[in-house]
Amino acid sequence: MSTETDQGPGITSGTGAKADQKANRRARRVLFGCAAITVLTTLSIFFVLIDNAASYFFGARITEVLVGGSFEQTITFTEFFTGTRWAPDHSTPAHGILPIAFGTIAITVGAAFVSIPIGTATALYLSEYSSKSVRSKLKPTLEVLAGIPTIVYGYFAISFINPVMLGPIAESLFGISIGRYSMLSGMIVVGIMTIPMVSSISEDAMQAVPDDLRNGAYALGATKFDVSLNVVIPAAVSGIFASYILAVSRAIGETMAVTLAAGFNANITANPFSEIMTMTAYMVSMARGTSAVGTVEYQSLFAVGLVLFLMTLVMNLMNDWFKRRFQEEYR
Amino acid sequence: MSTDTDEELFGDIDLGWEHTKNKLFLGLIFAASMFGVVMLALLLLDVAHTFYVGLTEFNISLVQFFTVDGSRRPELAGFRGAIVASVMLMLFTAILAFFIGLGTAVYLEEYAPDTRITRLLEANLANLAGVPSIVYGLLALAALVNGIGTGPILIAGSVALALLVMPIIIVSSQEALRAVPDSVRNGSYATGATKWQTIKEVVLPAAMPGILTGTILALARAIGETAPLLMVGALFTNRMPFGPLDRFSGMPTQIYGWAAEPSQHFIHLAGVGIVVLLSILLTMNGVAIYLRNKYETEV
Repeated sequence: MSTETDQGPGITSGTGAKADQKANRRARRVLFGCAAITVLTTLSIFFVLIDNAASYFFGARITEVLVGGSFEQTITFTEFFTGTRWAPDHSTPAHGILPIAFGTIAITVGAAFVSIPIGTATALYLSEYSSKSVRSKLKPTLEVLAGIPTIVYGYFAISFINPVMLGPIAESLFGISIGRYSMLSGMIVVGIMTIPMVSSISEDAMQAVPDDLRNGAYALGATKFDVSLNVVIPAAVSGIFASYILAVSRAIGETMAVTLAAGFNANITANPFSEIMTMTAYMVSMARGTSAVGTVEYQSLFAVGLVLFLMTLVMNLMNDWFKRRFQEEYR
Repeated sequence: MSTDTDEELFGDIDLGWEHTKNKLFLGLIFAASMFGVVMLALLLLDVAHTFYVGLTEFNISLVQFFTVDGSRRPELAGFRGAIVASVMLMLFTAILAFFIGLGTAVYLEEYAPDTRITRLLEANLANLAGVPSIVYGLLALAALVNGIGTGPILIAGSVALALLVMPIIIVSSQEALRAVPDSVRNGSYATGATKWQTIKEVVLPAAMPGILTGTILALARAIGETAPLLMVGALFTNRMPFGPLDRFSGMPTQIYGWAAEPSQHFIHLAGVGIVVLLSILLTMNGVAIYLRNKYETEV
């Protein structure tokens, strides 16, 4: 018996086993290579955006300078960040990003006014109040809302929300005849689109709150209303904030719905029924494929894209921070 | 005596308002929960309505719609080229994203040591998942279409979509791998198998239904994406692509092209296109749910 186990080392050092170990190490290296591609993607995004944005501001790409081109600042950062007229393709061009940044921020804030209250209330209902059978129907229905392509939301805005819902209101209450596009329909449609993100992530956070906390409050005579507002929400607050930030980040980068709903007219306005342009809508309006390479319009795509990317990057980092804080609290 | 004071004590408290408050609050959050459902119903009704009006008032023939490519004239326009382009896009996206995504998931779940590099990989993944889709389009535009000089071809669109859905495939594959119990792995190690043999022969087959479900859902997301394809330059053709190197316009870009037209005929064509797109998405989601339910009990 023991002699057989003594031969153990002989078995593992066979040639087959060595080949197996080699295959294992090779597999590990290949799989690490796959993972490295994801990092490479991020680096390429940074590189491509900065490289091409440089040609917008300095007249030459960084890669062109390396092979002998020279920088010559054509558009100052002051003009870019403080100018109030955006028309890079106009015959008298203007390069102030404020109007389209305003469009993006207005849509984002407006959408947040729809998705945050409704999403949080939905999460509270699903987590604290609903019966099992209602929950099992409501949750998948909201997931359908999240799976509908954004272009369909845009279509919904121009074929229903704007002409049928908002048109009569604007006409009768304010005497404004609404056009094909309006800022308000963009806010509403992006808000609807981001409800499922807020509701599902907030609900997860609320479900993770230990029942001991709820029972403690009930023992003191609290009602369900008190428990929901004064125990569950404060306990889940960082998870709930993470969902808000995710929804805001999504609204900033949202493209097709706002393009179809809010239009292409870059201006800063407080009238919710007027046409505006977001940063993403500008990018869509300038999508010309190959024909425009080297023109200011083409270069401006990347400058706007870089600003957009940095805005969502900050949101993502904040979301990450809130999520980690929440995990620390209850796990 | 003590009962007297008790009654007085409770007598002061009016629970009526507490009850009303609770009822009102429940009514409020129930109404808010229904808002999403009502909006979904309105959206589907709106699409169904335009579909119906398109077929009856604008005489859009479904036969022509499926057998003819896009056209500048609404009465001659069809959806065939866009459908074929979208199917091809999905195929190449699947090939490009599946293996790299699965490989990354296997590395992170099975091999990766708990080091700073691993944490960096995870953080990077979370960030990639939040990058706006239009930015992936810019990447493909600058790196492939104009960088290598491929022009606005189908494979450039596929690369943009593949990079876009890769984080989704990775995260869902990670979840599927995590769901495989460690006892299964240990059983394999006990027979003398190496890590790679264990993964290849034991873990991956067990996790495959979950991985495929996640991949199908990710591809459903890809097929509905418009912005990256527009950036790549998909708006300027109507013809059907025959291979990955042809110019193309997918279903969502064709729908956008139609919806952005002023003519009502084009807008109703877009409505019919949306019905086709949503039907395909519904089928894909159905397949994913079927796969999940079929294999859920076995693992």
